[in-house]
Amino acid sequence: MRLLVYFRTAAAALLFSAGPLSCWSQAAPAQPPAATPQNTMAQRMQACVVCHGREGRATDQGYFPRIAGKPAAYLYNQLQNFRSGLRRYEAMNHLVQHMSDDYLRDIAKYFAELDLPYPPAQVTKLTPEENRTAENLVLRGAPDRGIPACVSCHGQQMAGMLPAMPGLLTLPSDYLAAQMGAWRTGKRKAKAPDCMADVAKRLAPEEVSVVAKWLSAQTLPTGVKPAPPSGQPLPIRCGSGEQ
Amino acid sequence: MTQEQMKSSRWKRWLLYVAAAFVLLALLIAWLNVRGEAPVEVGPQTAVAATPAQIERGAYLARAGNCMGCHSTAGSPEFAGGRGVDTPFGTVFAPNITPDPKTGIGNWSSSEFWRAMHHGRSKDGHLLYPAFPYPSYTNVTREDSDALYAYLRSVKAMEQANKAHALPFPYNTQAALAAWRAMFFRAGSLEPEPQKSAEWNRGRYLVDALAHCAACHSSRNFLGATSLNANFAGGLMPDEAWYAPSLADPKEAGFQKWSRQDAAKLLKDGLTSHAGVTGPMAEVVFSSTQYLSQQDLNAMVEYLAAIPVRETENKDVARGSSDVLARGGKLYERHCASCHGDKGQGVPSMYPPLAGNRAVLLDSPNNLVQIIRMGGFLPSTSGNPQPFGMPPFQQVLSSEDVAAVATYVRQSWGNSAPAVSVFAVHRVK
Repeated sequence: MRLLVYFRTAAAALLFSAGPLSCWSQAAPAQPPAATPQNTMAQRMQACVVCHGREGRATDQGYFPRIAGKPAAYLYNQLQNFRSGLRRYEAMNHLVQHMSDDYLRDIAKYFAELDLPYPPAQVTKLTPEENRTAENLVLRGAPDRGIPACVSCHGQQMAGMLPAMPGLLTLPSDYLAAQMGAWRTGKRKAKAPDCMADVAKRLAPEEVSVVAKWLSAQTLPTGVKPAPPSGQPLPIRCGSGEQ
Repeated sequence: MTQEQMKSSRWKRWLLYVAAAFVLLALLIAWLNVRGEAPVEVGPQTAVAATPAQIERGAYLARAGNCMGCHSTAGSPEFAGGRGVDTPFGTVFAPNITPDPKTGIGNWSSSEFWRAMHHGRSKDGHLLYPAFPYPSYTNVTREDSDALYAYLRSVKAMEQANKAHALPFPYNTQAALAAWRAMFFRAGSLEPEPQKSAEWNRGRYLVDALAHCAACHSSRNFLGATSLNANFAGGLMPDEAWYAPSLADPKEAGFQKWSRQDAAKLLKDGLTSHAGVTGPMAEVVFSSTQYLSQQDLNAMVEYLAAIPVRETENKDVARGSSDVLARGGKLYERHCASCHGDKGQGVPSMYPPLAGNRAVLLDSPNNLVQIIRMGGFLPSTSGNPQPFGMPPFQQVLSSEDVAAVATYVRQSWGNSAPAVSVFAVHRVK
C-alpha cells in the first residue's frame, strides 16, 4: 500500500499546486536548445515538442501525452503503430510515415532517456465512492471480470514497467478516457493479442471515467523511473509486452 | 402514300441512321480498346519457371515502378492491395497482386499480366482504370513485365478481397472507360532514339515507363487525362491536395539548371545541401528511388535535365496587405526563424532556405500550406538516415495565421509570389 500512502500525500500537495498549474499549461512554445541549430537528436526532435512540450501538455487542439521518460520499447511500438496506421492520429501518422525502423528506434530511445520532472497532477473532484472504485481497480483489478490490477502491468508506482509498459500518471484525464474509449470502439489498436482493448471492453464506461480522473489526480515524485521487469508473466496476454 | 405515312417513314429512316451511327461508334470504340492486342495465353500453368536472377530483377523493377506505393497499404501485407487513389471522379482501390489464387493474381499467366501492363485490361478482359498508370506502363518492355510477373509470383500469397471502387455513375461503367480509352489511351512502346545517348534512352525508359513520373508531374484535362503536349508541365495531384511541380520549368522542379550530382542525390537521399523532398515526393524517394542504382539515377537525371524548358511567364504578383505581412512577420519570428533563419536563409543540410525556395514560390499555394499545416520529416534514406523535420503547425496556427505566414515568406527576402488568402488556405484539402 506504499502507493496509496504516496497518493494521499500527493493529493495534499496538489492543493498548493493550483497556481503553478495554470502557468505550466500555458508554457511558452518550445524554443530550440541552441541559437544556431545543431546537428543533434535534440534539434531533430524540435518537430515533436511543439505539441508534446518538454513534458507533454494538453492544448485545446487535443490531448498530447507526455513522452519523455516512457519506456523505449513502448514508444517504439507506438511509433510503429502510427506508421502502420494501427494507431490513428493524422498528425502523427503523417510525421512518421517515411521513417525507417532504425530512426523510429533512435527517436524512442531519445525520448525514453529524457529525465525531466513530472508535471503537477490535475485537480479532480471524485466522491469517496468513486475514489474507492478507482483505487480498487488500479490496485486490485476485478479478477471476476478478467480485469487485472493496473499496477500489475504498469508498475507498482504506475510509472511504467520495462520493457514496454507506459506510465499512466500525470496524463490528462481526457486523454486517458479518450484512449480507453478508442480501444473500446476499436479505433486504437495495438499488436495482437491487444490486451488493453480487452481490458477497456471489460470496464464499464463509468469505471473508465473515474479511473482516468483518479490517475490524472496523482503526482509522481522526482526521479521515479519505469519499474524494472517484474520477472513474472503478465496477468493477461499482451502483444505489446511480448518483445 | 398519304402525307402522314411519308412523314412517318422519313422518321423511321432517320432513326435507323442514328442507330447505325451509334452501333458504328460503339464498334469503333470497342476496336480502339483492343487493337494491337495479341491473344493471351491463360492460366499460370503456361508460366515458364522463373530464374532467381529474373525474380531479383523483378524486385528491382517493382521498386522503380513503386508498385507497393498503391498495392500495399500501411500496416497490411505487401502487395495485398487496398490503398485508395482519390481522383476527382471518385476513389479507385488498388487490387491484391500477391499470388493468392482467389483474391490475388495467382491464376494469371505472364501474358495476361503483360496485357494488363501494356493494354490496361484485366485477366477477365475488363478495362482497368488508368489510376493504374498503364498509360505509362504500356511502355514497359515484355521482358521487364515478365520479370515483374516472376517477382510478384514469388512474394507471399495473401488472401485479402479487393475493395470495390467508389465511383459514381457514369464513371463506374465500362462504357465510359471504353470511351475514355478510345480518346486518350494508345498502347505503345519507347523506340530508342539513336541520336541520343544510351544513358538518355535508359533515363527516358525509367522516367516515362516504370517510374510513371508523368502520372503526377503532367497537367490533366477535365477528363483526367494527361495531355501529351503538356508533358511534365506540372499539375494538381489526382487527390487535389498537393501540386506536382513542372519538370519542364527550372523555377518549379526542373533539373535543367541543377548540377547532375545534386539532382541524383535528391532522388537517392531525399536531400541536398539546399533542398529536400516533402509530401508525395518524399514517399517516392522513401519507397522507390532510394533503392535505384547510381547508374539508373544518373540516367533519369540525364533525361530529366534535357526536358525542353517551358518557363511560366512572370505575372503581376498580388501583394499581401501590410496588416497581413506584419502578422505573418511576427508569426515567422516566433515559430519559424529559429530553424529557417531570420532572413529565410536556412541551415545547410538541415533546414531549407525559404529565400528563393522553389516550393515556397510556386504559383499554387497548396504545397506551402500543406507543409505549414502538416509539417513532416524528410524520408529516412541511407544517405540521410536521421532526417530533420518540421512540426505540424495546424496544432497552433489558425487558417488566418497560416495565410499570413505563407504570404510573408512568399514576399520577403526578395521572394515574390502571390499572397495566400484565408480562402485559399481553406480550399487546400
